[in-house]
Amino acid sequence: MTNTARLDWRRCRVVESELVADRVRRITIERPAPLGRAAEPGSHIDVRVSLSAEGSSDVRSYSVVESDAAGHRLTITVLLVAHSRGGSAFMHRLAVGDTIEATRPLQDFPLVPGADRHVLLAGGIGVTALVGMGRALARLGGDYRIVYVGRSRSVMAYADLLASEHGERLATHIDADGTALDVDGLVAGIAAEPGRTELLMCGPVRLMDAVRRAWLHAGLSPTDLRFETFGNSGWFDAESFEVSIPELGITTTVSADQTMLDALTAAGAELMWDCRKGECGLCVMAVSQLSGKLDHRDVFLSDRQKAADDQACTCVTRVVAAGADRGRITLHTR
Amino acid sequence: MDEQDLRERVNAKIFPHPLNAWYAAGWDWEVNRKQILARTIAGRPMAFYRTEAGRPVALADACWHRLAPLSMGTLVGAEEIQCPYHGLRYNASGRCTRLPAQETLNPSASVPSFPIVERYRYVWVWPGDPTLADPSTIPDMHQLDDPEWAGDGLTIEAACNYQLILDNLMDLTHEEFVHGSSLGQDELSQSEFSTRLESDNHVSVTRWMIDVKPPAFWAKNMRDLDPDFDGRVDRWQIIHYYAPSTICIDVGVAPTGTGAPEGDRSKGVNGYVMNTITPDTERTSHYFWAFMRNYRLDSQKITTELRNGVRGVFGEDEAMLKAQQRAIDANPDYAFYSLNIDAGGIWVRRILDRMLQAEGRLGDSSPTVPSDARALTDAARDPNGPVADAGERSAR
Repeated sequence: MTNTARLDWRRCRVVESELVADRVRRITIERPAPLGRAAEPGSHIDVRVSLSAEGSSDVRSYSVVESDAAGHRLTITVLLVAHSRGGSAFMHRLAVGDTIEATRPLQDFPLVPGADRHVLLAGGIGVTALVGMGRALARLGGDYRIVYVGRSRSVMAYADLLASEHGERLATHIDADGTALDVDGLVAGIAAEPGRTELLMCGPVRLMDAVRRAWLHAGLSPTDLRFETFGNSGWFDAESFEVSIPELGITTTVSADQTMLDALTAAGAELMWDCRKGECGLCVMAVSQLSGKLDHRDVFLSDRQKAADDQACTCVTRVVAAGADRGRITLHTR
Repeated sequence: MDEQDLRERVNAKIFPHPLNAWYAAGWDWEVNRKQILARTIAGRPMAFYRTEAGRPVALADACWHRLAPLSMGTLVGAEEIQCPYHGLRYNASGRCTRLPAQETLNPSASVPSFPIVERYRYVWVWPGDPTLADPSTIPDMHQLDDPEWAGDGLTIEAACNYQLILDNLMDLTHEEFVHGSSLGQDELSQSEFSTRLESDNHVSVTRWMIDVKPPAFWAKNMRDLDPDFDGRVDRWQIIHYYAPSTICIDVGVAPTGTGAPEGDRSKGVNGYVMNTITPDTERTSHYFWAFMRNYRLDSQKITTELRNGVRGVFGEDEAMLKAQQRAIDANPDYAFYSLNIDAGGIWVRRILDRMLQAEGRLGDSSPTVPSDARALTDAARDPNGPVADAGERSAR
């Protein structure tokens, strides 16, 4: 659950900003007060970025690649995205001495001991979430491998570091060199090994989706496939739509920057909810009529349940018109 | 760091424990698939079991959902544990594998799992930051499973702060008074001892008693080796402390004049008292001990006799430590006073203080250390000065 106090937004000073690979910038910030402990592997910070073109600001998440023991200096690494809305461009303009607003390290992607072996799969800039995990696994002396995938060597900022820290345990796959990763082969190899392998991955959605499909197809446990997707975005851009709950006599408009749950609550409905991020399922309501398409965005309902489109988590689920004149949905308390 | 602050901290009566450290969680045989073991390690309740493949597992003993103790649950499949309340299941990593009442798994459904390693007949667990756990820092207790040594041990659930046990083991002059019928002899207090900081996590205290009459325990052991033995001995006690809370004591006697102080122990008997202490709560500790010997290795009778003998001796320590903890709690206004004989124990406290400092947990100790005017104004002890006499010691 998120709340402002726990995010602990602080104005932080940029103490290092350096181009370390093609379009890849390593930035170290110093928090005004140390945390008292190092940021954990897998943790990230949220940063407020200004989108100069629109004159507005937004929040981006970046994995902490390095942390000092006190959690005072945190290093992130940012890829300049070609067609970004400006978040990465803002980050790439940062120079030593600038200040930015950032949260404390937040942990949604922890490394935990207990599996027989670990595989870390890094795609492109996703490697940032896995550098610290590799180091921790090496210290623990467990059985692990690192697979680092990139389009070309020039953008793979951590190839040399990982090679020096992990030697034979690192496998590098580079599209431009014709050594692209064989996802099915990787997963089949894991499925053939005795014992339990946990795979932690961070990278482009396309890669992660391919791994997820191969993983489930091979009959491996979804529990053992761990990944992080920043901002659980949907298949469609958010747009305004209309929602009704006939038994409460409520019909209201959900604006593009508002959740269905918030709009209904503002309209006077007292509804059940808890996590507000599509995980717990307490806010699920039955859907009786739909005009447009449901963009489910939750992880509570199964693919089967989502395909039926007869229930929805009101905290994250949206409706898009998708050809209809306007998105409309009718809900019932269950 | 201010020296007066350091002095106050190292003399703490209730000493905080480091979390970034390996602690013995139990004997190898205690962690199994028959009975999930519930034990608190360094203030953290944990559930211990083994996978079908025999690997030990340590999970937080509280289900993610409503915190019901997993140790009351059941083992399922190759490595899973099922919550006794609503049937949630977790694998050995503590990740949830089953939420019975829904079709999906909540990605945040998990309980902490702790790094765990089986070594030297114990399972060792790391209660702190799992990413710092390095098994090469598990203290050397190899005598416990080395074919050149034989013996066995037991566990004491001690009703005191773990540091009181470390103090007890780092200063063996108490043997004269607490263990008078078995180990005690006047020469313990009268003989010289040397204390060395061997490295940043290892302290040794060495004491030799030359040409002395063996106390009952050692006379018996010498006769196990040589039934006709009846003479004087050279006796040694070499205490090795390894941070945070393991103490292995190289002990023994050899007929006097046979060269033991010069390094030839072949005519004598050598034992290793293996002690590793795991904080439970602030005022309770799991005290794992064993007595290992390097002679008559095949005699189970001697193994059992020695274990029973040491159990009797350590029972005397247990009673003293419990009484000491009670007196500490009943006298909140009085501080500890450190004597020359406490040098080993104070090195231990300094090392632990440094570990706590590195964890940013120094604040933990300050509220439990009442400042005592007498202790603070007195001059520092001369570590090479004479050992205080028994009268002064018992007065404290």
